[in-house]
Amino acid sequence: MKAFTYERATDLRAAVAAAAAPGAKFISGGTNLLDLMKLEIEQPTHLVDISRLPLQRIEAVGEGLRIGAQADNATVAADDRVRARYPLLSQALLAGASAQLRNMASIGGNLLQRTRCTYFYDPSTPCNKRTPGAGCSALGGLNRSHAILGASPSCIATHPSDMAVALVALDARLELLGASGTTREIALRDFHLLPETTPHIETVLLPGEMITAVVLPPPPSGRHRYRKVRDRASYEFALVSVAAILSVTGSKIEGARIAFGGVAHKPWRSLEAEAVLHGRPATLDTYQAAADAALAQAVGRGHNDFKIELARRALVATLVELGGAS
Amino acid sequence: MTPRGGTQKTSFNVNGTPHDLDLDTRTTLLDALREHLHLTGTKKGCDHGQCGACTVLIGGRRIVSCLTLAVMHEGDDITTIEGLGRPDALHPMQAAFVERDGFQCGYCTSGQICSAIGMLREARAGWPSHVTEDVAAPTIDLTDEELRERMSGNLCRCAAYPNIIAAIRDASGGDGA
Amino acid sequence: MIGKPLNRIDGPLKVTGRAVYTSEEWGVGQPLYGVMVEATIGRGRITRLDTSRAEAAPGVRGVITHRNAPRQQPPDPSASTYSRALPVLTGPEIHYFAEPIALVVATTFEQARAAARLVEVAYDVIEGRYDLAARADQTFSPKDIRGWWPTDSIIGDFDAELGKAPHQIDVTYTVPYELSLPMEPHCCLAVWKRDAVTVYTSTQIVSEARARIAATFGLSLDNVRVVARFIGGGFGSKLAVHAETMLAVIAARQLRQPVKVVATRQQVFHLAGHRPASIQRMRLGAAPDGRLIAFGHDTTQKACPTSDYIEQIGVTGRALYAAPFRRTTHRAVELDLPPAEDVRAPGEAPGLLAIECGMDELAYALDMDPVDLRLTNEPATHPESGLPFSDRHLVECLREGAKQFGWDRRPQRPATLREGRWLTGYGMAAAIRPHFQAASSAEVQLHPDGTATVRADMTDIGTGSYTILAQVASEALGIPVERVRVELGDSAFPAGAGSGGSWGATNSCSALSRACDALRDQVLAAVPDADRSAPGGLVELVAKHFPAGASATGSIPDMDKEPSFAAYSLASYGAHFVELQVDADTGEIRLRRMLGVFDAGRIFNAKTARSQLIGGMIWGVSNALFEEGSIDTRTGAFMNRDFAQYLMPVHADIPAIEAVILDGFDTRANVLGGKGIGELGICGSGAAVANAVYNATGIRVRDFPITLEKLLPHLPSQ
Repeated sequence: MKAFTYERATDLRAAVAAAAAPGAKFISGGTNLLDLMKLEIEQPTHLVDISRLPLQRIEAVGEGLRIGAQADNATVAADDRVRARYPLLSQALLAGASAQLRNMASIGGNLLQRTRCTYFYDPSTPCNKRTPGAGCSALGGLNRSHAILGASPSCIATHPSDMAVALVALDARLELLGASGTTREIALRDFHLLPETTPHIETVLLPGEMITAVVLPPPPSGRHRYRKVRDRASYEFALVSVAAILSVTGSKIEGARIAFGGVAHKPWRSLEAEAVLHGRPATLDTYQAAADAALAQAVGRGHNDFKIELARRALVATLVELGGAS
Repeated sequence: MTPRGGTQKTSFNVNGTPHDLDLDTRTTLLDALREHLHLTGTKKGCDHGQCGACTVLIGGRRIVSCLTLAVMHEGDDITTIEGLGRPDALHPMQAAFVERDGFQCGYCTSGQICSAIGMLREARAGWPSHVTEDVAAPTIDLTDEELRERMSGNLCRCAAYPNIIAAIRDASGGDGA
Repeated sequence: MIGKPLNRIDGPLKVTGRAVYTSEEWGVGQPLYGVMVEATIGRGRITRLDTSRAEAAPGVRGVITHRNAPRQQPPDPSASTYSRALPVLTGPEIHYFAEPIALVVATTFEQARAAARLVEVAYDVIEGRYDLAARADQTFSPKDIRGWWPTDSIIGDFDAELGKAPHQIDVTYTVPYELSLPMEPHCCLAVWKRDAVTVYTSTQIVSEARARIAATFGLSLDNVRVVARFIGGGFGSKLAVHAETMLAVIAARQLRQPVKVVATRQQVFHLAGHRPASIQRMRLGAAPDGRLIAFGHDTTQKACPTSDYIEQIGVTGRALYAAPFRRTTHRAVELDLPPAEDVRAPGEAPGLLAIECGMDELAYALDMDPVDLRLTNEPATHPESGLPFSDRHLVECLREGAKQFGWDRRPQRPATLREGRWLTGYGMAAAIRPHFQAASSAEVQLHPDGTATVRADMTDIGTGSYTILAQVASEALGIPVERVRVELGDSAFPAGAGSGGSWGATNSCSALSRACDALRDQVLAAVPDADRSAPGGLVELVAKHFPAGASATGSIPDMDKEPSFAAYSLASYGAHFVELQVDADTGEIRLRRMLGVFDAGRIFNAKTARSQLIGGMIWGVSNALFEEGSIDTRTGAFMNRDFAQYLMPVHADIPAIEAVILDGFDTRANVLGGKGIGELGICGSGAAVANAVYNATGIRVRDFPITLEKLLPHLPSQ
């Protein structure tokens, strides 16, 4: 770990100003940043600790919910309003990491965690994320956990968050505070970037810009389910996960939200699958057509070929669970 | 180039004892406990938040001490395994671990015990888990399946898992925390 | 007292964080911190090594490389694997990925870790050989294998008789690299005083560590003290000490200050050995009634130029089932990977995966109950040597296990029991593990106050040594167990064979039993005849006649000096039963319950023995479903080298597991009648899991671990 200076932020504006300096970074839970700093994959020269800024509140805004970015994962998962109205989010949070890590990690930090690609984590191997232009070792390497959607020849890493998958299905928006004090709001769906030729640029955040809150619109009607598929029963990143909300009246699908985790460089909202489901009868054929649509563009890289079929089956199984199969 | 960084003063309480430390900013809470305060009951198994051996309680909540900097804990109340009980005056959870043989080599044990105590507090607060059928249900039926899921952040290579769950089950009957 | 389910006597220290593990010894003063630098290529040569930036970094006290490392002795191949010299930093050649190339020592850990990254290295890379599957045809026949068993054992015309058998199985199983990965990383704290060094190191065998350090640095044994009072697990990976210990010893001498070196979790993957990956062909020929005619187990495994280690994968089958025509072989493929070492149940763990799955395949081919198939092939004597069994109750384990588990409720046809989305299956397998003995000694003192002290260089790696030794002394001396103080893990104490090979308990307890006998004889010989039957027994006699207390040492020899080991086949046995479920949609496998029934002679502590057996069973689950060291065949690196990527079970994976131990006493094993249990639990348990997966799904996966992508293409359509 390279040496750095540390300051505990007490003021929002001062924090973003401090973090805009070259080499500066925010730290909150630290669960991913320190992990990477120990390996010198992250090398900040100055840390701005924002964990004690007054951004922990979870509050109703109209029919929706506003979650402060410094609320920790465990508290949000356990919040009565989240559990009652956004069970998808609770389920996704609880499927992630361990209880200890959920107690530490902030909501903002969860969104900004970096890929667990084994080559990204090993500085002795070429990686376009660590060193742009160096090449991608996962292509032609061990890529069981890697992306099947939206990847590029530069990078086939996945985004590891469970929570973000639920949030993108819930149409969450992010409130951002810029280094100069300006605020803006964007859809989470537009926050993470696909790798293309610049996999080292992972989000649209500007230098010093901070996520201050996640805003949830009123929950769509329907049943929620976050289904995470992994080797062991707990404490493992997803091979594939599905966030689904399905609203069925009679036997007709009135509305659907579908997102996948573990398959792409970002939480993967599947508007294609939703379009297939909308207005159709809640049958196995419909679910399979939705899965076909969701994965039409999927590409395997060898060890991860199975994830295409796994994602398909996981989605169909989740829809059967939520909507039945008449 | 002059290296930036250096040391920074930090004060926190460990097991009720205040400590004023002047630490390299890079020092994790885990290394502060082990290498500076010589409280070696808290173990380093992976140093990356992947095993839970370094679990301690901060304000009663369980965290992994390897992925947090000591300087981030100004004013915090930290409880380590040494603060829970002594060999001649065991905490009920510690006693249950001995009785149920909830360990073999003992290296993950401090983390398991601190984690179990933090876990029971979470369950009493009604927090759901990944295996809770209805996350909106107001109370938790703390089945063995629930205990196992909630303790899954603590690896045990000796694989004392069934005994650990039995110990927690015993201790949760009384005043586990 | 022997056998009682006593709580561990070191338990209160461990659950309160007061047990002091190796690198936690603060009595020696403030150490310096050493951090290892590893090669980042799989094979080649260092062409440039610039330590100037590291040396100039804050707090750095020294950087040790091959250029300034002291001369060390070369290994003597005639010495035991784990005691022979282990010279480090011997030159610019790189033999395998992550071979240590430097140690950076600084005042603080943070300084050392940062400076370690400043060592600049350039290499000439040589193309290495890293892929076992791709080179599986380039085998050699090893001269020796672990345990000095014959490389091959061929009885009768195996091929011809197999060809004539009415039922034949010819299947190939592959087992991946597996690692021990104890929770405490390998570590060492070295302290020099003049010409003598005290080495606090995490080791299973104190005497071997001491011998290795002495041999490496040309020191006399008297000048090396090894201390290992509490060890955070070993599982074979701490039978030997590794580079971390050698580097700490070197640095502490050069810098004249204690030096602590703790491997990072990532470093452990290449620093300590692994179980070699293997390709195992099982050929079985049977009569329609299930009687085996031919038993064949041909094994091919990874080897490497820097080690002569060959795991005894094919040996297990030599003792398990009757069959007149037999063939078991070992072949190896040389790869440029780190040396392999023993991982819990070397030989049996991987061997039984193939043997016991192969037997399961045969049972289905014969349409026979897998338990009955095993009962049918129970031998009367050792199937190859013809030696009588000392005491073998495999049949009872199978029958008792089947009864207690409810084996008769199993689905007889695979893939026929479905509960909602879950496919349910039952599986079973047999367990066998040879019993060994190695020279060991122990000392006992009986003090005038009625307390006793036991001393041995034996280790407690979680096995319960402290507790069972206290139980043996308590019983032999007739004093309450609370009055026995046990001091272990110090080379200043009588030497033994340590913890490994499942022999630690029987070796050390037998030696202690003899020490207690000798003490009794000594006391009785010294006291007047009239006192010999004093009501207070030995304690009263010592109090009255031995004001300074009495002491005695006892020892046992190596097994080649014990006639019973030549006259009998000695082993422990067991049977595993598993019920699990497979998600019909995704192939996720979830264990539901598991039972093991074991026969290991006399048990010294029913509580700790049960724990150890359950732990072993879970290791089998882990081998079947999770563990795999993944090599990038382009570089020779274990890429999944942390606990997030190298998977082992967590709490949620392990439901109710029970271990039942049959009452026993093997008079041919040792004076106490006990046999090893440390590895018995893992033997066969993985195969029972794999067989249950087949029973649940009808899918036979022959490539371990059984991960969901191997089931997925064959699962029922949705």
